[in-house]
Amino acid sequence: MSGQMRPLDGPALDIEQLIQDPRTRIIVCCGSGGVGKTTTAAALGLRAAENGRSVCVLTIDPARRLAQAMGLTVLDNTPRPVTGINTARGGSLSAMMLDMKRTFDEVVESHSDQARAQHILANPFYQALSSSFAGTQEYMAMEKLSQLRAQADRDGTWDLIIVDTPPSRSALDFLDAPERLSSFLDGKFIRILSAPARGAGKGIGRLVGAGVGLFAGVLNKVLGAQLLSDLGTFVAAIDTMFGGFRQRAVETYALLAAEGTAFVVVAAPERDALREASFFVDRLSADHMPLAGLVVNRMQNANADDLSADQARAAAERIEDEDAMVASLLTMHAMRLDEAARQRRLVARFSGAHPSVSLRGVPALAQDVHDLEGLREIGALLGQPT
Amino acid sequence: MVPDTDWPETLLHVVSGKGGTGKSTVAAALALSLAQSGRRVMLMEVEGRQGIAQMFDTPPLPHEERRIASAPNGGEVWALAVEPEEALLEYLELFYNLRRAGSVLRKMGAIEFVTTVAPGLRDVLLTGKAIELTRRKDKGISPAYDAVVLDAPPTGRITRFLNINTEIAGLAKVGPIRSQADSVMSVLRSKRTAIHLVTLLEEMPVQETLDGIAEIRDAALPIGSVIVNMRRPHVPHEQEIVELTDRKRISAGLAHAGLDKRKTIIAEALFIEAREHAARLDMESVERARIADTGLPVYDLPIISGGIDTAALYELAVLLNEQGLA
Ligand SMILES: Nc1ncnc2c1ncn2[C@@H]1O[C@H](COP(=O)(O)OP(=O)(O)O)[C@@H](O)[C@H]1O
Ligand SMILES: Nc1ncnc2c1ncn2[C@@H]1O[C@H](COP(=O)(O)OP(=O)(O)O)[C@@H](O)[C@H]1O
Ligand SMILES: [Mg+2]
Ligand SMILES: [Mg+2]
Repeated sequence: MSGQMRPLDGPALDIEQLIQDPRTRIIVCCGSGGVGKTTTAAALGLRAAENGRSVCVLTIDPARRLAQAMGLTVLDNTPRPVTGINTARGGSLSAMMLDMKRTFDEVVESHSDQARAQHILANPFYQALSSSFAGTQEYMAMEKLSQLRAQADRDGTWDLIIVDTPPSRSALDFLDAPERLSSFLDGKFIRILSAPARGAGKGIGRLVGAGVGLFAGVLNKVLGAQLLSDLGTFVAAIDTMFGGFRQRAVETYALLAAEGTAFVVVAAPERDALREASFFVDRLSADHMPLAGLVVNRMQNANADDLSADQARAAAERIEDEDAMVASLLTMHAMRLDEAARQRRLVARFSGAHPSVSLRGVPALAQDVHDLEGLREIGALLGQPT
Repeated sequence: MVPDTDWPETLLHVVSGKGGTGKSTVAAALALSLAQSGRRVMLMEVEGRQGIAQMFDTPPLPHEERRIASAPNGGEVWALAVEPEEALLEYLELFYNLRRAGSVLRKMGAIEFVTTVAPGLRDVLLTGKAIELTRRKDKGISPAYDAVVLDAPPTGRITRFLNINTEIAGLAKVGPIRSQADSVMSVLRSKRTAIHLVTLLEEMPVQETLDGIAEIRDAALPIGSVIVNMRRPHVPHEQEIVELTDRKRISAGLAHAGLDKRKTIIAEALFIEAREHAARLDMESVERARIADTGLPVYDLPIISGGIDTAALYELAVLLNEQGLA
């Protein structure tokens, strides 16, 4: 087990209090790619469950071995119980991995009658949209969260839902995606494009003038006439759902902003990741989203930091000839201390710019986190009193 | 001048990898290293992040080719941060003389449509641009760029990205779009292109690399090499450290070094660090073996402590050169 971390400069993020508080109903783990969002989400879930809460973790992209360890092998887009956890305190843990396409299909099915739904699901344009619209994954993650929350409210299945977020181009995409998709589907452009197929005759040319008519011709060539006609059919079919989509986007946004939701921003102790974290924190605050704090994951941890880097180097030099191996260990120790100090400076800089954001450091384990034991260890490091 | 490289025929180096593994860094270092022998190299970025500007410490790049660095022997690195919107307008102009329609299209949300909803179309524009750069001739004679390095989308999207023109060719049976698609694919499928995947010696990035290689091979695209980035520095006497089982062995050394007073605590700490180091080496050798199984050439770049700045890029460039990637 890795040692405890010295607390970071700045107010401490009390994870234990956050996950124990029954008023915490949703935790969203966000941050840039590769920093440990999925790991943090899963570790928080396991810890909260072993502390007695009924938890559902919605993961997006767990590493293969971690997915296996959590029993995420049946991919049916519904949460499954995770086995191997300690239930002595009456808690439970379920987990699922998001299936983006399937979730989109569910949205369509729940907003229209069966015949119409079948029609939409078979539409090639829908198929392209549901698997490649920039932001679809973010939108579907939020959609799934709403579904899980509704289920939790209805059946009392879970009292805490923890969501991982997709590795977006911009870490903020998931806040914007629902709105973007619904405004796109509602948009003027798509209406005009689809006008002919919806029976408005030679609509495009008449509506917007010859220049654009020409453009439609170009699009026809570029995208293929078939795609445009599919698009028209799609828009016609999905027309009745627009209201529902929009309503849904508004509700999801409200759920994220509500009391009971907590955002945990995850970052690595690197310049770029902390810069992203800064954007993130600013954006959350601009949108009045409830920020719990920042987890700085995979920090270099130095044991025995009462032996300073300088002392270690000096000692190494003294025994270089008699004991080269121990000298090498001492040098390695010095390098770790240097790295740890560099990381702390970066975090301090973040904290200087965001003095009110609570912080929690988590040391880098020597190995990937790929089983429940690893998650438990990360959970303990997250939860440890500061 | 015959440059001494493993990739003498390659004009287009595509650099992909899992997000955060160092694609942009490696692409920039590769561009610099290709420029070493006096060549003129284009570094092209397509993800709209202005990563090049950050790394070379210049103001954000416009949608315009700019010289951003020079290398020994008159070599130059040029950069282009492609804006999909601009690329679309260029494309329309190229084929349909439609540039003036731009503002109308923008107002209607058409540009949004193309750049966010139809990622395929966006990819057509971006790959088309890259190929155009490899083909461009100065005054109709010598190539404008001796090589192009593409800081490409991540592994999960790279095959689709590069293969998009095959799909287009399937849609458009004749006409300018079809011939453009065919001509782009003819370069992308040839020895003139090499796809390099950047990875770390960790499970997830390596897994993504292996999956990516399988996909690229299935699509009959030219896989180039694997570039292991952020390799940890070699520690002297590593083997002995890995085999350490006895804390007393460390205490004895510490006593020699005059650290008598706290030697038990320090020995314990160093022992833990030795175990952690051994565990990491274990993991790294497992991952390295998985990479070796692909049979691809492997290049290595060390972690640069203190992070990446322009000087660090030159340092990495030299290492790539020595290993024969450029
Ligand atoms: N504290 C840690 N120590 C060691 N490895 C970690 C730690 N946190 C995450 N990892 C590893 O880092 C990799 C990326 O983590 P992941 O949670 O998938 O990131 P993200 O979801 O942000 O992309 C995984 O292989 C994971 O096991
Ligand atoms: N060899 C290296 N040594 C130290 N830091 C590196 C190295 N390669 C990349 N980095 C850093 O890692 C982070 C991610 O690198 P970047 O090139 O932006 O990755 P990508 O383009 O794949 O997302 C950046 O902060 C970069 O400076
Ligand atoms: Mg993840
Ligand atoms: Mg990049």
